[in-house]
Amino acid sequence: MALTREQLAMRVAQELQDGYYVNLGIGIPTLVANYVPDDMEVMLQSENGLLGMGPFPTEDEVDADMINAGKQTVTASTGASIFSSAESFAMIRGGHVDLTVLGAFEVDTSGNIASWMIPGKLIKGMGGAMDLVAGADNIIVTMTHADKHGKSKLLDQCTLPLTGAGCIKKIVTDLAYLEIEDGQFILKERAPGVSVEEIVSKTGGKMLVPDKVPEMEF
Amino acid sequence: MAGFNKIVASYEAAMAGLEDGMTVIAGGFGLCGIPEGCIAQIKKMGSKELTIVSNNCGIDGFGLGILLEDQQIKKMVSSYVGENKLFEDQLLAGELEVELTPQGTLAEKMRAGGAGIPAFYTATGYGTPVGDGKETREFAGRQYIMEESITGDFAIVKGWKADTYGNVIYRHTAQNFNPLAATAGKITVVEVEEIVEPGELDPTHIHTPGIYVDRLILGSFEKRIEQRTVRA
Repeated sequence: MALTREQLAMRVAQELQDGYYVNLGIGIPTLVANYVPDDMEVMLQSENGLLGMGPFPTEDEVDADMINAGKQTVTASTGASIFSSAESFAMIRGGHVDLTVLGAFEVDTSGNIASWMIPGKLIKGMGGAMDLVAGADNIIVTMTHADKHGKSKLLDQCTLPLTGAGCIKKIVTDLAYLEIEDGQFILKERAPGVSVEEIVSKTGGKMLVPDKVPEMEF
Repeated sequence: MAGFNKIVASYEAAMAGLEDGMTVIAGGFGLCGIPEGCIAQIKKMGSKELTIVSNNCGIDGFGLGILLEDQQIKKMVSSYVGENKLFEDQLLAGELEVELTPQGTLAEKMRAGGAGIPAFYTATGYGTPVGDGKETREFAGRQYIMEESITGDFAIVKGWKADTYGNVIYRHTAQNFNPLAATAGKITVVEVEEIVEPGELDPTHIHTPGIYVDRLILGSFEKRIEQRTVRA
């Protein structure tokens, strides 16, 4: 069975470490915050200028001056700090954020990512995504393995305009966990009940399949 | 003697000198921390052919979105736009130009502009459409693109508290681009929720020193919320 959105977030959460500063993109990446292990301290960075993002406010706590990068009302966690957009991107671009999780339309075997623009559709902008992928060493891309027409999103070469070049090393899809190394995908884990054959058939780019591909554990 | 007193009595005075074709840098992220009064005054003045530098362009009927209603904006320099129908219509009709700029690069362009640095190198956007046509250079084995900084004829800024000398403090995430915009305007206008006497704000807590501020005005703010999300 392909992973649900929640399971995808749970699998990504396994990559968290105690003391990590983490930036979570919009969509599935945001859900990762729900699966931080209890015995671990993680601080969430929101690129509009908040380090230490807390849960959504209660009705009484709603404050128009307190939002996240998705423009949702949020709270600050204990020990949070707030700063300007330049400071925020200094910590992102300067490589100070330990883990970045974001979605994508396509990823390729060179570690390129396309996530912001589909030619012919209205282009709304890249927001902070280009800075995030350029600045982070440790990036996890979360996405479905193939689009709704069955077309693979894991390719030898991205077809859409790039968000960043040569910056992606880890991908969690609804079917598999993969890494990128030496110009190819490496199949590291498969979703429970999903066959290697199905993953192979839905992967467009060159992929190394080890003799044994363990199932993900939750 | 006005000395360092930056207070102006009206939004007319705050935005005096704004002309067609000028560049205006605006603070704010989404609808959070936007200079509502200055934007309303620009609409009232009817200035045209403006270049607006701001992370976003408001929504239909609020924020910078109201400047689209009479087609006052010629060009937007932003990282994320199109939350509003009018924006989309004008963009598709070719009546509006958009220069999409990565958010961190946009912040740094303002910061550098205000700091007297004409350009800088960043890895952001290298190998993407953002890097097309820009000078590139390798440092320590990595490729970077050169980005030019931005200054504006006006900067419009939303602060929380200020003293009459124009020392400004921002509140929570309404800070965002505001302190950067404040440094990058030939004329910087700051509107705030409260103005106090010099000495009442702790100098240690000032975000924007008064040297950057030309005009200060006490405003009133609707503070509309774009995505109201609550927990039970």
